[in-house]
Amino acid sequence: MHADSARFPDNVTAARRDPMLLGALQRLQRDARAGRAEVIARLPEFEALRDAAREIRNGALANLAANLERFEENVIANGGAVHWCRDAAEAGAAVTRICREAGARTVAKGKSMVSEEIALNAALLGAGFDVVETDLGEYVLQLRDETPSHIVIPAIHLTKDQFAETFRDAHDALPEDRSLEEARAITDEARGALRDVFLRADVGITGANFLIAETGSVVIVTNEGNGDLAQSLPRTHIVVTGIEKALGTVEEALTLVRVLARSATGQEISAYTTFATGARRADDAAGPEAFHVVLVDNGRSDLLGGPKREILRCIRCGACQTVCPVYGAVGGHAYGAVYAGPVGSVLTPALSGLETAKHLPEASSFCGACEAVCPVRIPLPRLLRLWRQDAFQAHLGPTALRWGLFAWSALTAWPGAYRAAGAIGGRVLRLLAMGRPRLARLPFAGKWTGGRDLPVPEGGTFVGQWHRRRGK
Amino acid sequence: MSAPRDDILGRIRAANPGPEVPVSPGPVPARGRGEASALRQRFFAGLDMAGVSHATVTSWPGVGAEIERFLAEAGPGGGLVASNDPMLEPCGLDRLPGLRRGAPEAGDGVSITGTVAGIAETGTLMVRSGPDIANALHFLPDTHVAVVDAARIVGAYEDAFALLRAGGAPLPRNVTLITGPSRSSDIERILQIGVHGPRTLHVVVCDAP
Amino acid sequence: MPSDTETRATVGFFATCLVDLFRPSVGFAAARLIERAGYRVVVPRAQSCCGQPGYNSGDRDAARRAARRAVAVFEGFEHVVAPSGSCAAMFVHHFPDLLSDDAGWEGRARALAGKTCELVDFLARVAGWRPEAAPPAAGSITYHDSCAGLRELGIREQPRALIAAAGAPELREMEGPDICCGFGGTFCVKYPAISEAMADKKIDAIEATGADTVVGGDLGCLLHIEGRLSRRGSAVGTSHVAELLAAGSGDGMGGD
Ligand code: SF4
Repeated sequence: MHADSARFPDNVTAARRDPMLLGALQRLQRDARAGRAEVIARLPEFEALRDAAREIRNGALANLAANLERFEENVIANGGAVHWCRDAAEAGAAVTRICREAGARTVAKGKSMVSEEIALNAALLGAGFDVVETDLGEYVLQLRDETPSHIVIPAIHLTKDQFAETFRDAHDALPEDRSLEEARAITDEARGALRDVFLRADVGITGANFLIAETGSVVIVTNEGNGDLAQSLPRTHIVVTGIEKALGTVEEALTLVRVLARSATGQEISAYTTFATGARRADDAAGPEAFHVVLVDNGRSDLLGGPKREILRCIRCGACQTVCPVYGAVGGHAYGAVYAGPVGSVLTPALSGLETAKHLPEASSFCGACEAVCPVRIPLPRLLRLWRQDAFQAHLGPTALRWGLFAWSALTAWPGAYRAAGAIGGRVLRLLAMGRPRLARLPFAGKWTGGRDLPVPEGGTFVGQWHRRRGK
Repeated sequence: MSAPRDDILGRIRAANPGPEVPVSPGPVPARGRGEASALRQRFFAGLDMAGVSHATVTSWPGVGAEIERFLAEAGPGGGLVASNDPMLEPCGLDRLPGLRRGAPEAGDGVSITGTVAGIAETGTLMVRSGPDIANALHFLPDTHVAVVDAARIVGAYEDAFALLRAGGAPLPRNVTLITGPSRSSDIERILQIGVHGPRTLHVVVCDAP
Repeated sequence: MPSDTETRATVGFFATCLVDLFRPSVGFAAARLIERAGYRVVVPRAQSCCGQPGYNSGDRDAARRAARRAVAVFEGFEHVVAPSGSCAAMFVHHFPDLLSDDAGWEGRARALAGKTCELVDFLARVAGWRPEAAPPAAGSITYHDSCAGLRELGIREQPRALIAAAGAPELREMEGPDICCGFGGTFCVKYPAISEAMADKKIDAIEATGADTVVGGDLGCLLHIEGRLSRRGSAVGTSHVAELLAAGSGDGMGGD
């Protein structure tokens, strides 16, 4: 697998040869389908909440500048600081500077996709900090030097045995005879190792699911509790997040909370939904003395001003990945990008350029399963189609396809000729088939016949026959 | 006023030439509405579904007795630490041997805290930090015992925030909606309870007249 | 039927490329059903493609040309019907979008969108028609919901209602009838490995029902599934829902 979207076609081939990956994906999709259906059946208002969630996110985007300014004002009023970063480099530098000023050695990280986007771990490790991912999935990925393959289940591509093997290699103190057969034992091993990290960390970094303008709060939605420990124990709490996440009010966030976990994991609500507002107060019993929010643009303001603006409604639930049959056939790493699946195929061309990512918008049958589950109703197929149009205009596709389309388009302007050509093609196929209903091989059609027989046309055209028979 | 800040806000404003728009939150689900007794039933059902054990007592001193019973039965090891939440004052926690007050430490096995509210919608607790509560109490020890005032069992998340912000009170540094013990399905989607946060969550509801 | 009652209205029939060029019999079956529901069927010779290949490949201009042509050819009919969810969805959703910045055409595209239907949706919902005769015993069937019909046009119950009303062969629902078969137009040759993997999952679900035939409303999906079934050596057959329903009406497949 190559972390490069330009290699998508090769990555597909590799993924299809990985039975462990394919098994994991099949389990994921089957379970998630049932889980989502069940949790939604228990909430009659779910579809109305999706409508409301869409409008809340639309409103948040429309009011984004004012929301961010108000958010900043309130963060500062509560003893925190806000850092505005145009791109990955500025964001990495900002976090590094804060860690340095905090005199940090150990940094405990909660899950954050934006930190992946800006390659934060590499920046911090390069600056000499001891950064440790604390989400169970992210932790094992860090030990294996891999990237997440799903937004909310980052290590979905790994088996239990691979978790165990990784801990055996990495944890020197792990006794040889301790069994890591069971998921429970593996979890306990990670819990023990990371407890230490929380207790000695000088800085805790988390992402954010939402920012709230009226209070200056940062909301994180998690299940493990690592994000809460990371923002409660260390002296400094840094939040790294995208600018698009700012909402107006607490109540808006609560509506989104009602659709988030149901879409992401099939839970009614995640175990922990935490609102962090500023630094510890003067008389607080505990809590971080310093609170920093690093706001990352990294292409978002450009998206906001363009026709693909709707992707910024995304609340990173991962439902579109989980349900996508293409994702289910190749897994997240094949996309060679931070964000896989439908949401990633829309975001990645914006983040890494269409030239590099041109394969991704093509990797969709436009089945629409993603849009059907998206809690904020993002028309993902439509946005993918917009990228295809951009690619077509930029001549990024294969020349043969271009010529084919040109010929098709010219021909369809002359229905008689179109049908005549079709009928001739059909006759050729029938001759080749010599009476069989399907062709197993056909020159120039290997992309179809490599894995499928080609049904042979019945003969003639419907329109031609109709008019012959009906006499007009 | 840094250059990146102006740049970013400038680009956002260019993309949004229009005025601010009104935004309204979504509907509160029917399951978050109802009579006190119905909400209480739903709260308990939510706790059950989230894997939370619970007991109801009818006097504040009864809370301490219930916790004593729970600890004797569950037998978690490690130190015992409680917050200084005034809510816990009448609970008779002094009967618990070895109880410490304040912030949790690495060796603590059990924490006892109050709650802002219980939320019927999903069997959720609202907890907060403050001068009297170190936030890590809710997350660090293996077992978390949370005390809920039955009079503060509300229907929906919004209702809990309304209680918390009554009279325009600012939000505490940390406010968390807790639903069940810590969990993860990161390993082959097999549900594991107790990853970094508590493995056991026990709720004591005090329904004192 | 058609009964002696007055023919109600005229339907412009959009055959779709695949029916026109691959399976004329599906076109005749569909036309017969529309007639049986009491409509007069007209098949304009000037029709060609709805523009999907260009539209889905990013060639918006070619798609716009196809949209304008289809609007011009079909706007005069009271109803327009296509035996395909994805082609009908072009008329219903995508033509108005494609022509939205074209003052002369936008209104016309919207008007056409408002009177265009996919075949079974038209029969079941607009015409309120129910098949009157049981189809010949064809063993058991299972139904595949093609994506565009299902998610863009809301076609789920309509074919099942018609099949049930026909006293049809036993319908055995597969697991995930709404999951894509991997056809996706040009997608199936751009990414054959993914497309085939999707077809295999679909076929596993089909075969698990033990049904003899998989029925669907979109010929693209059916040819794709048929091609993969055949490659796998499966005995399961494929059939367009129009053929299944028309088979029960007793007057052969000739269409004269
Ligand atoms: S695009 Fe929609 S479904 Fe996909 S991650 Fe974002 S919010 Fe979830």
